[in-house]
Amino acid sequence: MSVTAHAHVDEHAHDDHAHHHKQTFITKYIFSQDHKMISKQYLITGLIMGFVGIAMSLLFRIQLAWPGESNILFETFLGKWAPEGVMDADVYLALVTIHGTIMVFFVLTAGLSGTFSNLLIPLQIGARDMASGFLNMISYWLFFISSVVMISSLFVEAGPAAAGWTVYPPLSALPMAQSGSGMGMTLWLVSMAIFIASSLMGSLNYIVTVINLRTKGMSMTRLPLSIWAFFVTAIIGVVSFPVLLSAALLLIMDRSFGTSFFLSDIFIQGEVLHYQGGSPVLYEHLFWFLGHPEVYIVILPAMGIVSEVLAVNARKPIFGYRAMVASILAIAFLSTIVWGHHMFISGMNPFLGSVFTFTTLLIAIPSAVKAFNWITTLWKGNLQLNPAMLFSIGFVSTFITGGLTGIILGDSTLDINVHDTYFVVAHFHLVMGISALYGLFAGVYHWFPKMFEGKMLNKNLGYVHFWVTAVCAYGVFFPMHFVGMAGVPRRYYQNTAFPMFDELTDVQVLMTVFALTAGLVQLVFVYNFVHSIFYGKQGGKNPWKATTLEWTTETKHIHGNWEGDIPEVHRWAYDYSKVDENGEYIIAGQDYVPQTVPLQEEEEELNH
Amino acid sequence: MTTILILAVLILVAIAIWQMTKIFELSQLKTENAQVANDSDNKTQGYLLFAFLIFIYGITIFSFWKYSKVLLPDAASEHGSEYDSLMVVSMVIIFITQTLTQALLHYFGYKYRGEKGKKALFYADNDRLEFIWTIIPVIVLAGLILWGLYTWTNIMDVNDDDDPLIVELYGQQFGWTARYGGEDNVLGQANVRMIDINNANVLGLDESDTYAADDIIVKELHLPVGRKVNFKIRSQDVLHSAYMPHFRAQMNAVPGMITEFSYTPITTTEEMRQNPDVVDKVKRTNEIRAERAANGEDNSDPWEFDYILLCNKICGKSHYNMQMRIIVESQEEYDAWIAGQKTFAETVTPSEGEAQPAFNTTEGASAGL
Repeated sequence: MSVTAHAHVDEHAHDDHAHHHKQTFITKYIFSQDHKMISKQYLITGLIMGFVGIAMSLLFRIQLAWPGESNILFETFLGKWAPEGVMDADVYLALVTIHGTIMVFFVLTAGLSGTFSNLLIPLQIGARDMASGFLNMISYWLFFISSVVMISSLFVEAGPAAAGWTVYPPLSALPMAQSGSGMGMTLWLVSMAIFIASSLMGSLNYIVTVINLRTKGMSMTRLPLSIWAFFVTAIIGVVSFPVLLSAALLLIMDRSFGTSFFLSDIFIQGEVLHYQGGSPVLYEHLFWFLGHPEVYIVILPAMGIVSEVLAVNARKPIFGYRAMVASILAIAFLSTIVWGHHMFISGMNPFLGSVFTFTTLLIAIPSAVKAFNWITTLWKGNLQLNPAMLFSIGFVSTFITGGLTGIILGDSTLDINVHDTYFVVAHFHLVMGISALYGLFAGVYHWFPKMFEGKMLNKNLGYVHFWVTAVCAYGVFFPMHFVGMAGVPRRYYQNTAFPMFDELTDVQVLMTVFALTAGLVQLVFVYNFVHSIFYGKQGGKNPWKATTLEWTTETKHIHGNWEGDIPEVHRWAYDYSKVDENGEYIIAGQDYVPQTVPLQEEEEELNH
Repeated sequence: MTTILILAVLILVAIAIWQMTKIFELSQLKTENAQVANDSDNKTQGYLLFAFLIFIYGITIFSFWKYSKVLLPDAASEHGSEYDSLMVVSMVIIFITQTLTQALLHYFGYKYRGEKGKKALFYADNDRLEFIWTIIPVIVLAGLILWGLYTWTNIMDVNDDDDPLIVELYGQQFGWTARYGGEDNVLGQANVRMIDINNANVLGLDESDTYAADDIIVKELHLPVGRKVNFKIRSQDVLHSAYMPHFRAQMNAVPGMITEFSYTPITTTEEMRQNPDVVDKVKRTNEIRAERAANGEDNSDPWEFDYILLCNKICGKSHYNMQMRIIVESQEEYDAWIAGQKTFAETVTPSEGEAQPAFNTTEGASAGL
């Protein structure tokens, strides 16, 4: 058992480290190499970016509901881009673009995966820290720098990037095509390049840690599903993010050095440009080679968190552990060969469209298996309806609602008429936006005590937060499907140029009112979060009565996680409500058996 | 007015939140760990989960009742009916699955809400169940894939059978232009490098190409009903997308390449204006417009239904207003119309005093030139 030996050596090294060095403020809170602190840094940075991203969406929702009307909010926040309080068409596109970028990459990739991979991987596999604490620290700080660059692009003279979050050239390549494609786009690309570097360092670290630093007895089949999800997410990230980097680099070349990777035959503002022989379709392939796996990079960690939270709060093992792992792996594999479904009508060969339809609809199968398994996990449970549990149930609900319409969009035929309409917007917001946010919230409510030394979030504020958000999420995105099927294209500054969309103004107002309400209720969460960090009630070592290793650590954070030896693992993570042949709990009076408890006499370990 | 309405809603929501917090607080017994759900929380939240199921059904029914009418009218192209049937079947499958799974999810949440002392069932695996819910999606999806791919192959098979009308759609910031092959129904060679604004060669036609001379360039797309149309789609500057929702047709316009789409229009504009759904829609829309006119607002002219070509790929500032009218008419009407248009040869070297080519111009169409 080389893994065990390795873990022991490592443990002594860390003990020495912990005993001999005094932490200063800077090494503890700023340039920390401790995974718990880094996870908090990721979370707080991610939440701040999320605040910016959501605020932007509220601004453009107001514009959509009351097109061309003056608004004091526009005047305040947009300044010169909202002359007399009326939003400019370019800045509308900029808001949409930066909202998408921030939410997808900065909140749901870094904020979600960065936070919980960092917090949970070492704690749940029984490791003192990440394989490389230093690399981990660099990863966070690169993320921080890329966030700063992205935010700073908002203050550029000609405006931030505004070509949509996919930044398709030529629009994104030519400053004369759009004012945001100047300095704003340069900063966007620089920010993303740094982000990718950060993401790669993080991912490599997660992979190495999961493979090498599992404690004694923690076989791969005993890993909690959250770890499986983080592990596989990291692998997808390593496979696909470099391709986005190549797309970004080639785009930078086209923009700044006159190459023609993506550009050809362009006549703009009275002159022919020299570009010859490139193709925007090539960019689309490169972008979506990351872009599609990216949505699974976003959703898989949420799935992992939800699987874990559902099992803990249902007081039942997750149903079909092996099938859950298999479907994570299947989704991960398929996610890398479905990117073309974003390009059915891009002008690529229709035969390719057929292939991508096939692979895309295949991915519905493992997704369906996961949904059914979650539902079965609730069946005959003893559900503890904590806020984290509600967010997890909400996740399954929105994942199903949003996922089902994927059957329409993944079908090349049906995609023809709903492509790039609000139908798509409704689909992906439910299936990966709202769902992943629910996963994030479930994680925060559930592991808050682990992050902040035993302090708990207030559950009543949590309930209010969940229910208002849940109602509003459906209120915004359910009617949106109809807007899309009425043929309204996305990224329209206003729909007033088409009388056929006149009667949809009502729906727009309804959606905006729900969106504003949802945005406001997030302030309840912000208050709860900040207040609980300082004044949260102590929940003790294991408030949710969970089996996994992170709850065996002391509430007080120490470098190295466990005071003495690293705990040894004897069973899988889901021995909730397990009974012996007499119908009694394995441990009398306790409906869960921590992973550290050896198998009892005559107790059978499930062959999972 | 709307501001007051919103304020009222916000205040009500705030009160509701405050009240909900109060209720939750009152419904709690003092326990050791106040922030973990207790029996009374489980009860309240369990009931709320059930209520949420009703809410989901409610918003579904509400949306269908209120918004079905805004959906696109019957397809106006030959392949469109096939498209619509596939859409309906997919939607039915989706709604059955949605109704059942949401019911199970939320009902279980309500039914199995926790109580102190209750034992959950240790139920970790069941290969048979899992096989069932793997195989059912496999079969259903296989059916949808086969049907979808069959239709897709038919739609995307752009060929020259049945003597199709050849039409070029040309996108630029921020307008569309159409070009007909003319007498010979063959488009002349073109490239943006040959654009010569001063000589009104705005689409970059090859002036030495004999096929180009009789090409007809217009700002309004006229199509004869019942004749297949092969669209050759081109862009001058950035990506655009030629989206014709009433015909269930869309294809991107990509600088540097010519993309294709083909359909046969089967309903004339006049016929579509008689369609009961369209009549209702026009009536509703004109009521809104009349109200605007009464308030002295913009966009208040009465509207008459027309097919429309929209840009559906973000292309810059005026992306939201890049459109072209499509008119489907009888062969005779079409012949009469096309006979009245000038050919490229007639427009390319304009005579003194006539700086603009004679094709119809619409508002904003020449903004990029």
